Amino acid sequence: MDNQDQQAVAGAPTPALDDAPARLRLRDDAPFESPIAPLADFLAGGNFAAVRLEPGDDARALIPHFGRLKLIEVAFPKFRDGRGYSAARILREAGFSGEIRAAGDVLVDQLGFMRRVGFDSFAPNAPLDPGTVAATLDRFPHVYMKSSDGRPPVWALRHG
Amino acid sequence: MPRVLTGNRLETGDVLWWNGSDWSPRIADAVAIGDEGEALVARLVAEERINDPVLIDVTGEPGAFVPTTTRERVRASGPSVRADLARGSLSVEVI
Amino acid sequence: MYRYDQYDQAIVDARVAEFKDQVARRLRNEITEDQFKPLRLMNGLYLQLHAYMLRVAIPYGTLSGTQMRMLAHIARKYDRDYGHFTTRQNIQYNWIKLEQFADLLDDLSKVEMHAFQTSGNCIRNISSDQFAGAAADEVADPRPYAELLRQWSTLHPEFSFLPRKFKIAVIASDTDRAAIQLHDIGLQLRRNDAGDLGFRVYVGGGMGRTPILGQVVRDWIPVGQFLSYSEAILRVYNRYGRRDNIYKARIKILVTELGIEEFTRQVEAEWALLEPLGLDAPQAEYDRIIAQFAPPAFDPAANDDLDLSDPDFRLWVEQNVHPHKAPGYAIATISLKPRAGIPGDASSAQMDVIADLAERYAQDEIRVTHSQNLVLAHVRKSDLYAVWQALEAVDLATPNLDLVTDIIACPGMDYCTLANARSIPIAQKIAAKFENDIAEQRDIGELKIKVSGCINGCGHHHAGHIGILGVDKKGEEAYQLLLGGSGAEDASLAKILGPGFDENGIVAAVDRLIAFYRSARAAPDERFLDTYRRLGPAPFKAAVYG
Ligand code: HEM
Ligand code: SF4
Repeated sequence: MDNQDQQAVAGAPTPALDDAPARLRLRDDAPFESPIAPLADFLAGGNFAAVRLEPGDDARALIPHFGRLKLIEVAFPKFRDGRGYSAARILREAGFSGEIRAAGDVLVDQLGFMRRVGFDSFAPNAPLDPGTVAATLDRFPHVYMKSSDGRPPVWALRHG
Repeated sequence: MPRVLTGNRLETGDVLWWNGSDWSPRIADAVAIGDEGEALVARLVAEERINDPVLIDVTGEPGAFVPTTTRERVRASGPSVRADLARGSLSVEVI
Repeated sequence: MYRYDQYDQAIVDARVAEFKDQVARRLRNEITEDQFKPLRLMNGLYLQLHAYMLRVAIPYGTLSGTQMRMLAHIARKYDRDYGHFTTRQNIQYNWIKLEQFADLLDDLSKVEMHAFQTSGNCIRNISSDQFAGAAADEVADPRPYAELLRQWSTLHPEFSFLPRKFKIAVIASDTDRAAIQLHDIGLQLRRNDAGDLGFRVYVGGGMGRTPILGQVVRDWIPVGQFLSYSEAILRVYNRYGRRDNIYKARIKILVTELGIEEFTRQVEAEWALLEPLGLDAPQAEYDRIIAQFAPPAFDPAANDDLDLSDPDFRLWVEQNVHPHKAPGYAIATISLKPRAGIPGDASSAQMDVIADLAERYAQDEIRVTHSQNLVLAHVRKSDLYAVWQALEAVDLATPNLDLVTDIIACPGMDYCTLANARSIPIAQKIAAKFENDIAEQRDIGELKIKVSGCINGCGHHHAGHIGILGVDKKGEEAYQLLLGGSGAEDASLAKILGPGFDENGIVAAVDRLIAFYRSARAAPDERFLDTYRRLGPAPFKAAVYG
């Protein structure tokens, strides 16, 4: 039961350049639509303002390039592969303020966590129900630990 | 070797066997499933109302089928260490 | 004991509402079972052989009388009048209905309990020493730190889809009653020469298919920084732990494949980035939590004498009662291994009695031990006799702690979908040979027999002085025999002795092992494990296989 099926996500083929629009965007700035490059192409010096991280890619490789990046898409080929959460948080910790988009097998029940680690747009394979999205994002009145969303942990509330 | 269809009801987790037209909580009601079994399982999986539907091997005659594996015998009888909780569906003795 | 404040309660309430909503969506078929499964697992709900199984979290194994009474109520109302206390200091119910689960969670939340993160690939319930706060040998009560970890890990947004489950244990003495070297992270609280508190950090222990003992990743991390340090460990694991093979997904494999030096280097590099971010709770929060674990007001005038004239009582005191750090008090272990019983099982009626005893005689605290027993940690010696009598009346006073009949057994094939073989009947058959002769049991002395129904090792067979592992032999239940394991401070992994057995064969083999040990021990107080360590496997093998 506990043995969840965990296929080899690391070896999943890199999808072709993907320009499907995000279905849920929690940013005020204008949506940015342009080709999204795989990490290797981006690092090879192509003129891209958007890049896609696969689960096995090192998010820190992008740190020197934040200046020319508007969008970083983080791929979730399987919803159970949680590496993308660390990727988003690393990007925010390093100061990236552009759009970070979760794309792929992104389920509505994960939005709360994704929002906390720094995702601000979502391109799920299956459409999201707006009512459930709203309920999920508003679910928790407090959080126990810091993350990338600036919410104060309860210890900060307790001790002012 | 005959096969019967079993699964767990989503709402309750109850262990069930297919009696030809519906689900029964007693293996004694199970019918042997022929070649249509795989299609039936595929349909049940798609319907998402019965968890883990699966065809299992049994021996014996209809009304007295006994699964070939200990695991399935335990499912049919209840825990072997709690005779008081036996399902009455298959005797604990056969485990 | 830690009590929730408005924030803790609000988070639990929100989580219950969230899961109710998820269950409702599943029942309406808005999500598939494949999508729902990880959600229910993160709320402790499995589908087992007979029904849904629920695992309720008992943080660091400590609960109040009110909470124990609620566990009894849950058993009565939603289950079949009993529960199973586990090696992870939790309780499991075996006959839960999904459609009643929302009400059950409401009931639990009324007493500050829940089932979050008792399953799934997240940070699980934190375990600790069952004698915490009462043991004379601890440097401080470890539970405030376990509580800090509980809060830090609850709904951690980055670490809820880890490669695999993640278990953390915290202790505060050199004696290890929580098997910390068999956890993903094991923390030992220590005091340095300057009087400061810090942790020695073990990483990469675990059982399952590839049992490995944890290694020290850092000898000293100040208590004030252990949360950010844990965060660094988890991040390295989340990024680099293997996800291609479920059997290699635990952190122990990452640590082994990288080597402890390289793993440590990566953790330290990550920590250097994380530590400045202010992730650690402030001192005021430590103080707040530590205050809640302040020792009860022990009566300095409590009588330290004990009337042992009743021989049965004396037996129980000698076997099941430990010294307490406060004079006039004692630690009493309630055996959940009665004659012909099921290891770890307790009925609702028994749980109610224990709740009453805790409130009346034990500062309203109960502990669950990793060997599936319960503990009343603060009992006045002058009350011990009354406690014993009350326990005796409901078959909870078997004087067999750490003896041959104090067997750990996982649910095995009587309940578990993953099992190869049954565990409970093996434990019962072995115990049956000795349970009527307590003198013989005491002569054999400390002997830890641990039975798992499959390689996952929930019954800790790798840590058994005698470990028994259920395997599948062409569709038949069969059992392997392992010797020489220990989950204590002298941690070691048990090794397979030779070919496996059927059910009766394994029981007879254990008999032969014990007979040989009694003939071969160097002194009456040399434990089975020590004789094995002194002589090595060969003579034991000869005794079993002839
Ligand atoms: C009945 C349902 C249960 C299921 C489906 C289950 C599942 C599992 C699985 C799959 C593992 C292996 C994890 C791995 O190697 O990565 C495991 C390990 C473990 N389980 Fe269970 N378990 C169950 C019950 C229990 C019970 C009742 C206990 C306590 C008595 C328990 C305590 C443990 C412990 C201590 C481990 C070893 C942890 C380690 O490898 O470090 N489990 N369980
Ligand atoms: S060891 Fe195996 S049989 Fe026993 S509870 Fe764990 S998974 Fe089930």
